[in-house]
Amino acid sequence: MVKVDGSGGQAGLIQVRDLDKTYRRGGEEIHVLQGLNLDVSPGEFVAFMGPSGSGKTTLLNLLGGLDVPTRGSITVAGDEITHMSSSNLTEWRARHVGFIFQMYNLIPVLTAFQNVELPLLLTKLSKAERRSHVETALSIVGLADRMNHFPRQLSGGQEQRVTIARAIVSDPTFLLCDEPTGDLDRKSADEVMALLEELVAHHHKTVLMVTHDPLVAARAQSTLHLDKGVLVEASKLSQSVPVGGVA
Amino acid sequence: MKFARIVWANLVRKKVRLLLTIGSFAVALFLFVFLGVVRDAFNRGADVAGADRLVVINRTSIINPIPLKYRDQILRIPGVKYVTHNNWFGGIYIEEKNFFPQFVIDPENQRLVFPELAVPDDQWNAFLKDRIGAIAGAKLAERFNWKVGDRIPIKTTLYGSNGVWEFNLDGIYHGNRPQSDETQFWLQWDYFEEKVPESFKGQIGWYVLRVDDPDDAPRIAKSIDDLFANSPNETKTETESAFAAGWVKQFGNIQKLILSIGVVVFFTLLLVTGNTMAISVRERTSELAVFKAIGYSDRSILFFVLAEALTIAIIGGLLGMALAMLAVPALGKMLTGLLPTIVLAPSVLIFGLAVALLTGILSGILPGFGAMRLRVVNALRRV
Repeated sequence: MVKVDGSGGQAGLIQVRDLDKTYRRGGEEIHVLQGLNLDVSPGEFVAFMGPSGSGKTTLLNLLGGLDVPTRGSITVAGDEITHMSSSNLTEWRARHVGFIFQMYNLIPVLTAFQNVELPLLLTKLSKAERRSHVETALSIVGLADRMNHFPRQLSGGQEQRVTIARAIVSDPTFLLCDEPTGDLDRKSADEVMALLEELVAHHHKTVLMVTHDPLVAARAQSTLHLDKGVLVEASKLSQSVPVGGVA
Repeated sequence: MKFARIVWANLVRKKVRLLLTIGSFAVALFLFVFLGVVRDAFNRGADVAGADRLVVINRTSIINPIPLKYRDQILRIPGVKYVTHNNWFGGIYIEEKNFFPQFVIDPENQRLVFPELAVPDDQWNAFLKDRIGAIAGAKLAERFNWKVGDRIPIKTTLYGSNGVWEFNLDGIYHGNRPQSDETQFWLQWDYFEEKVPESFKGQIGWYVLRVDDPDDAPRIAKSIDDLFANSPNETKTETESAFAAGWVKQFGNIQKLILSIGVVVFFTLLLVTGNTMAISVRERTSELAVFKAIGYSDRSILFFVLAEALTIAIIGGLLGMALAMLAVPALGKMLTGLLPTIVLAPSVLIFGLAVALLTGILSGILPGFGAMRLRVVNALRRV
């Protein structure tokens, strides 16, 4: 179960200890995160909520190795990432993190297949193996029949599902979702959330998600609230949300 | 190769821009190659110069003549193998725009001194027997559609008011190298000597001599000039390549002019391609950030940008060179007589390709480094 008091020990998948992140803007220091602790176990689905500027996305960036903290440590599956060099961090991201962005961020000139294949081009898999992996990922998100479509030929919900396929195709340790439904209508948002739930329930993925939407957050197993850089409240649901979700 | 698809997909995303950039590149490369060809043409004299040939001119200037009687004295200098002499005829064939160089030659020694300009023996023998005979270079004959046996009228401009001199075209010479000058017109010394006014008789324009040992050329040159020092017609003897280089300098500093234009073309090309690449990279900042987020290294990002710039450079460069290969022979025909023979040498093409590659790398390197240094967090925030 997710913990925010630093008492999670070494057994969890993700351990964050005394994490600070400070930005300097002009002559002023802005403390985005202050002394944050977090323990996430494998297979958990955690939502981070909070007002704008509370540090949600900053926390996600730090957990994904896209940014480095001012102080504190982040350990993922035994790897302490806070002191990794930039190139090591890049390799680590390729192996351990799947990113899902609010704006999908697909490459518009590549087909769905080619977009999903991108992370696999960094591996030593053969062309046939890559094809097999991509087809599997696209099947999981229900877009096997759209693999040759370009992003402009897909709906927003379908684009986000392609993004999810790209995030899971290399079987990363965990998924980081930054407002995955923020740009979608309610129906498409439901479909995307159902997919994330399925990934947790049936494929045992660990998912960390930032959202503004309480309905979306409610579908995670745990919801953590960030306010002015401090993790102030943990709301835990006793049961997993059923596949198919609740609107 | 697995990344080639990504590079190509990015390249063709703005097809009109890509075509315009490649088109600019091709035209600029063509211009660059053409400048190289013209530069080569002006240096051709030095290129085709025989290492064992010396040219003797009047020390005052090449337009001042030298006495024919110097020939025997020159021949007596140890190390001198053959001597021939030439005069500039400077006539007009039908109208002034038909300019081509006409030389009065010494038939006895011409082929001994210039063995690379070959005339078939039967044609040469006919020329020797024909006092008003002439030999034309193959390109010159082709330009005016001349055939052996044609009658060629040349109006003199330098040697009195004798009007039109008529010549029988007895032969056509071919150079044994692509860059050989095949645009000359040769006429007989005896006929010339007979027809020119008295004041010109016994005067030649310059001597060309072959020496036994090229390493001995400086000594021989000094001996000749010492021999005629303090005479009414002092001489200046230099190697044929130095003579050719001096001849080109009469047109002005061609090298510097061509180099200046070349540099301007190169930097224009660099700016056009660099600007295209910079815009292209700026347009997809967020996409590059995604590549980095999912595990592509900074080097991979640099590789993508450089690969795109190089692809533009290679396609544009090859098109420009293909254009040059088609256009240079046609331009060469149009410019015959106005410029020295223009030939698209492989070295110019290789230089053009090197310029294209260098431009590709330089135009991609700044945007590439910018993309490398991109911070994923900042770039994604711009979406």
